[in-house]
Amino acid sequence: MGALGHFIEREGVPTAQISLIREQTAAIRPPRALWVPFMLGRPFGAPNEPDFQRRVLHALLALFEHPAGPVLEDFPEDAPSAQDGPVVLPAGGRGREEPDGAVMLREIAELEPLYERARQRRGRTTVGISGLAIDDAARFAASYLGSLPAPPYAEGLSAGIALKRACDDLKAYYYEAAAARAGAADPETIDRWFWQETAAARVFLALQQVCARSTDASLRPLAELVLVPRAIFHTLVQPYRTPERKDAS
Amino acid sequence: MARLSDLPEWDRQRHLDRIRALPDFGPTPFVPGPPLAERRVAIVTTSGIHPRGARPFEVGSADYRVISADTPPGDLVMSHISVNFDRTGFQEDLNVAFPLERLRELHKDGVVGSLSNFHYSFMGASPIMTFEPKARELAAQMKEDRVDAALLVPV
Repeated sequence: MGALGHFIEREGVPTAQISLIREQTAAIRPPRALWVPFMLGRPFGAPNEPDFQRRVLHALLALFEHPAGPVLEDFPEDAPSAQDGPVVLPAGGRGREEPDGAVMLREIAELEPLYERARQRRGRTTVGISGLAIDDAARFAASYLGSLPAPPYAEGLSAGIALKRACDDLKAYYYEAAAARAGAADPETIDRWFWQETAAARVFLALQQVCARSTDASLRPLAELVLVPRAIFHTLVQPYRTPERKDAS
Repeated sequence: MARLSDLPEWDRQRHLDRIRALPDFGPTPFVPGPPLAERRVAIVTTSGIHPRGARPFEVGSADYRVISADTPPGDLVMSHISVNFDRTGFQEDLNVAFPLERLRELHKDGVVGSLSNFHYSFMGASPIMTFEPKARELAAQMKEDRVDAALLVPV
């Protein structure tokens, strides 16, 4: 982000940026930056906190009043924390004979009322990158665990891009369903539920291995960076790997 | 949460390694401008959001999508390739990553002069130097639009 400040301001447009990693911003020295102590993904602190968001935005805009730079200021408040109530989220369990792809489809059906509730409450959904119905996205993703992976669902898409988009939609569907009730679950709770309890996560972890072994270059990024978060890899995956396996990220 | 001191060792080290690998950007440019209450504002996010139906971002994308100010929040989706940041905030409330409603409120209060009819989105996971050509192109567009306060918002 700091690099964009250099590139754009060099062309004559004044910039002010949010900084999420202070040390990185201090090293890049962009023209104006406001460091905020918020989790990655939440540059304005917390959802449904308009007063707080406005204070952050106001502090960011105020950087334009400085006569000279570079300017790196710290926002003085921590983000309001989520209300963390008791949450029971459904997961399909492990079928003795049933493959995880089939369990994932059952989970999706069980989560549908929650997903719909979240969609209606928010008036929007972020599912829809692949353009597939969610069941079809699940079937497409699961097909890569078998011997006959489905061909990409749109012309010009590589297998890797098609699989990434289907998986992004699946994850958005699960995460939105998990937040059906406003303030019911914080992000860490939802992460734990998804990665430790759902069949969808087991499918993702298995897909990561399939992509690592694949000869299709378009699938390789899914083995490394863009399917399983680093934090999950370090807590759930790496401890069970043989020592010679190194983190490719 | 994003304090390096709060991160586990493997993650802290990764960030420090990335900082050590940064190129030298040279002297910091600093363009003066009018008082805030007279400035025209646009948001440039690196969250990889875009209108539903626009071309999603991919590994290595270093271009940007245009977000018209009248795009309904329900039409905005995110195709950032990274899975290493929280998306539940964005899913719950667009303003946590793209604060257009908050900006409109501050404009109404007279804090800023005007808002651009266009905002912009990159996907921030690509190598940083690859953004330069499109960032320069975007700067030219914003100058033509008389933007003199570009808010750069990462995730």
